[in-house]
Amino acid sequence: MAKTALQFRHNGRDVAIFADGGTNLLVALRELIGDMTPKFGCGQGGCGTCSVLIDGELHLSCLTLAETVAGRSVETLDGLKQGPNLHPLQRAFADNFAAQCGYCTPGMLMAAKALLDRNPQPSRAEVVEAISGNICRCTGYEPIIDAILAASGGRASA
Amino acid sequence: MAVTVKTFASTSEAVGALSADRGARYLGGGTLVMRALNEGDVSVSTVIRASDKALTRIDASGPRVMLGAGITFARILAERDLGFLHAPARSIGGPAVRNMGTVGGNLFAPSPYGDFTVALLALEATIAVQGGFGTRDIAIEEFLQSRERQAGTLVLSVSFARPASADAFRYHKVARIKPKGGSVITLAAHLPISGGRIAGARIALGSMAPTQIRARAAERVLEGRSLDAATIAAAAAAVTEGTSPSDNALGSAWYRREIAGVHLRRLLSGQD
Repeated sequence: MAKTALQFRHNGRDVAIFADGGTNLLVALRELIGDMTPKFGCGQGGCGTCSVLIDGELHLSCLTLAETVAGRSVETLDGLKQGPNLHPLQRAFADNFAAQCGYCTPGMLMAAKALLDRNPQPSRAEVVEAISGNICRCTGYEPIIDAILAASGGRASA
Repeated sequence: MAVTVKTFASTSEAVGALSADRGARYLGGGTLVMRALNEGDVSVSTVIRASDKALTRIDASGPRVMLGAGITFARILAERDLGFLHAPARSIGGPAVRNMGTVGGNLFAPSPYGDFTVALLALEATIAVQGGFGTRDIAIEEFLQSRERQAGTLVLSVSFARPASADAFRYHKVARIKPKGGSVITLAAHLPISGGRIAGARIALGSMAPTQIRARAAERVLEGRSLDAATIAAAAAAVTEGTSPSDNALGSAWYRREIAGVHLRRLLSGQD
């Protein structure tokens, strides 16, 4: 089966890969680019841990055909850190004990970033809605909600 | 397994490719077809896409609303003129699924999904379909009954008359996980009131049969009556007539039958 040449921006850097037909973006990111931050959870769109931003919009990378991101910008958790420093959302997750096993965290952080990029001062209800496609099975949602509110201007107790 | 991906500039070329290959599936937002590929569905050997701008056209301002098949639920939520469709659009998935899932794809989503289609059924939408025969319009009810036999065709758009007032269209989805989750049952009602009486009642149900269905018996009870407590009780009592719900992990067929009337009563009396 012929491979498809594909170029896109990955966390601000141009990348080019050859993907098998039908390869999803999650596999392309992890196996062809080596960005292991988006995780494989369900492969069905039910868990959200593979969430990435495509041109700033939250998408599930496991349900995205890789070649549909040609020429577009893909952001993953790996692009969140600012040099040696954690992103304010990452710092808030650490400070609020919002990552226990950490498996949902990449998707939670990208869903939170998608929210704060367009709504820097969300209400608690808006935070709940923003992460409603992301399942957490061990930390519990309360510390995650608190962390996102803390990162958005310290309205929750840090 | 690798599949062949073919992208076309026009819907007519995409239809040609779909009808030429039994293993071809059209890829919209990806929430159904990519899921099938991830699950190793070997019946899909070719993925067809079309970049035709006609698929993302939207005409939301007039009395007749037209939504291209490629319109996402996020796009509907961004459209002020489509406020009556915000509840069904918001009831689907989380934000990522709403950025991806499309109106056209939802017509093919199996139970317990396909909630937006319940709304379209209550709105008595018309589905524009392109096939080897050219383009034709199909009533949504007929489309749903024949959707398994739609191979080789492509949905282009859906259209429907805008409800006369905000109160004339109502929607409620019962899910175990809020604010998202598969449907236990989904209800939509179109209740135009003329001279104090209901004229043209339409009740649509999701997860109460293999496809979304109209609750004709309840509609007959409502037609020509005022929306008072006695009428609402009679409609609620009739709502399960003709339904054939299934058991699944979200609820049993028995439970679905038990709660359908309760939720219809609440929907009609403005409590849901």
